[in-house]
Amino acid sequence: MAARFHRPDPRRTVVLGIAGGLTAVFLSAIGMVEEFIKRSLVDPEVVLGYVTIALVPFVFAYVVARPPPVREGIAPVRPGPLTLAAGAVAGLLTASVVSLFVVITTEVNVRGVLQNVSPPLLETLTFHRGVGQGVVWLLVGGTLIGAGGAAVHLIPARYRRPVVLAVVWVLIFGLLQVLIAQIFRGLKVGDTVNPFLYKGSRGLTIHGAITVWIAAFLIALSLEGQREAMRRRLAEATPAVRRNYMLVGLAVALLILAVTPQILGNFLSEVLDLAGIFLLMALGLNIVVGYAGLLDLGYVAFFAVGAYTGAVLTSPSSPEWNPAFTFWAAIPFIMVAAALAGIIVGTPVLRMRGDYLAIVTLGFGEIARILFLSDALKPYFGGAQGIIRVPNISIGPVEFVTSQDFFYIIYALAIVLIYVSWALQHSRVGRAWMAMREDETVAEVMGVNIVAAKLQAFIIGAILASLGGALFAHKIGSIFPHSFNIVVSITVLMCVIVGGMGSIPGVILGAIVLVGAPELLREFSEFKFLLYGALLIFMMQMKPEGLIPSRQRAQELHQDEAAQDAWLRREALGDTEPEPAK
Amino acid sequence: MSTDGQRREPVLELRNVDTHYGQIHILKHINVEIYPGEVVCLLGGNASGKTTTLKTILGYVRPTRGEVVVDGERVDGLLPSMVVARGVSMVPENRRLFKRMTVRENLQLGAYQRKDKDEVREDLERAYALFPRIKERLDQRAGTLSGGEQQMVAVSRALMARPKVLLMDEPSMGLSPLLVQQNFEIIQRINGQGTTVFVVEQNANMALSIADRGYVLQTGEIVLADSAKALLENPEMKRAYLGELE
Repeated sequence: MAARFHRPDPRRTVVLGIAGGLTAVFLSAIGMVEEFIKRSLVDPEVVLGYVTIALVPFVFAYVVARPPPVREGIAPVRPGPLTLAAGAVAGLLTASVVSLFVVITTEVNVRGVLQNVSPPLLETLTFHRGVGQGVVWLLVGGTLIGAGGAAVHLIPARYRRPVVLAVVWVLIFGLLQVLIAQIFRGLKVGDTVNPFLYKGSRGLTIHGAITVWIAAFLIALSLEGQREAMRRRLAEATPAVRRNYMLVGLAVALLILAVTPQILGNFLSEVLDLAGIFLLMALGLNIVVGYAGLLDLGYVAFFAVGAYTGAVLTSPSSPEWNPAFTFWAAIPFIMVAAALAGIIVGTPVLRMRGDYLAIVTLGFGEIARILFLSDALKPYFGGAQGIIRVPNISIGPVEFVTSQDFFYIIYALAIVLIYVSWALQHSRVGRAWMAMREDETVAEVMGVNIVAAKLQAFIIGAILASLGGALFAHKIGSIFPHSFNIVVSITVLMCVIVGGMGSIPGVILGAIVLVGAPELLREFSEFKFLLYGALLIFMMQMKPEGLIPSRQRAQELHQDEAAQDAWLRREALGDTEPEPAK
Repeated sequence: MSTDGQRREPVLELRNVDTHYGQIHILKHINVEIYPGEVVCLLGGNASGKTTTLKTILGYVRPTRGEVVVDGERVDGLLPSMVVARGVSMVPENRRLFKRMTVRENLQLGAYQRKDKDEVREDLERAYALFPRIKERLDQRAGTLSGGEQQMVAVSRALMARPKVLLMDEPSMGLSPLLVQQNFEIIQRINGQGTTVFVVEQNANMALSIADRGYVLQTGEIVLADSAKALLENPEMKRAYLGELE
């Protein structure tokens, strides 16, 4: 049975086309396009501002032209001429909305309200060709880009992913020039590779970009066929073999971690240190939110308790009382203080669920910050002046001073806490948490002591965060109450949700990407929370289980396709008998 | 089935239990006795206090007067988890499996209170023998099973606690006639293997057809208590609960 051509829904095409236009106008009006226009990705013409604005019609057209998902009982369709046409129409509509915006704002000055809609922005949007000619360029460009987005579906399935991935890699190489150039320098090949790839600080060279694309394409293509095979091999492997794979993977990971600070240099190690501290917190919050299902919006409180306990105990100039312990001697006290804080926060919220719990913990987070800031506790915590002169950490005669040194301490602790998380997940209490998350009442009928399980989650989560806080205090060398605001809680929660609740690899990825990337992409820092919000909405809509879900769902997701294949086969054989009932 | 159980000590007993929700008097002087090996049903319409009875046994609700006794030991006032540890387990209404967890994990949670790992393994084998279907589905998420299979898992999960008495909350609720039939067959099978079962049910015909004895609850009071056979014959019962028209 020959598959029919796909006929995209006209109404959806129009709606998404206009939505794309509004998105592009929004990105322009908040100043993103202007901000990004200065950043060159590939010399001389490809600048981030234009890439951003071009991505809008591209992505919307891609979505418009996407064939319906494979389902049982519905014959698959294949993309055809109408696919391209729909993409072009969507792109044209997107460009029309932008054009309308350009024409209107040229005539009417809206800068009183939209401060960023400046003459330079309008010049950018019209490619410095004046309104008349610029609008023509916009419309033609939008149509072509829209058709291009739709054309992705025409690429044979085998090549589609590699082609797109390779383009993404070119953009990444352009965006992360600082990081990548440093890696090549660290590997001692910077002198030869960097001048070839990059043109000063103006992004990739043309031949550099082409090289990256080809290399990424070939690698992705060769991996494409093997992904399935590798997954199957892993699934079929005996536990002993799987353990060997794990050990090899672990050894490689440790080796990479061991050389990372040397390769990355001081600045990039600093970025990874920060990401690492958030990783420690995210691992803790993953236990509270991911395992036990208790939404805690005031998690920063425990981070602050750890930081302050550590600082008071170790700093020679902490007010009132300064035993000037070493970091290592302070650790047990920090953990006890955090456990107490966990009990203090945990006990009153034992009977609360869901939204109420979230709001109350939000309050606790603020209370902690205000207490540390308060005059009443100033003799102990220094109020707004905070605590300074938190000493460096040392092991015997070795003192950890630079961010490269700190990297080892932070990630060594991270490895320990990853192991702890993993062990907890597979323990009896881990099962109790997960049962509680699924259905608190029934978990109780199974004999789970809900009160104990909730308190355990709060206490262990608090201890993990406090260790992160203590390292933070030693790393920065001084702490102030304003470092412990709600933004920290939200960032950690983002790491857990985006990475995948309850999934350790997900949390690691979440922390590295969400905390590390904004530090590297300075252009984005102004829009960090806008992007966090957009990412959160996108994730909740499209991938609520996170980037790396806690359990492999591949099998389930493929069941739909298998069912459709079976249905098609029956159709082809003219077998009209219904499937035997189970 | 044991009709001579009367001479033994009851495994679960409610003695003169009163329960209040705030000012509202829900259960009024409830007396229930369940002897080892029996199937006993508690019948009653909506808002008659059936669910409150179960909540009182499990410790979700504390009785204002009276005692709940499991195997000679008072359990009223204990936390639900402690009541479960003393040998009461429940198949909740609508099964309520942990849908996103695997069948295996569901069964493991049933044995959450137990420390005797070897015997837990034996009980798992027994569950597979009772329901061979379960063994094929062990690593599947419970939510992906069919209704009948979910019922098997729910019963097995409750049995994994090795309960002295198994409570079943509305096993016929919201199920097709075929599944209801299947459900009651399951109850008979596990009772045949020695499990004492206390069924709380609206479907009086079905419940009495498998029970040894029955209690009828009406607005918080036990209005009838007799053998199942006698209840099926009882004219008042026929009129009010068995749906027979004179």
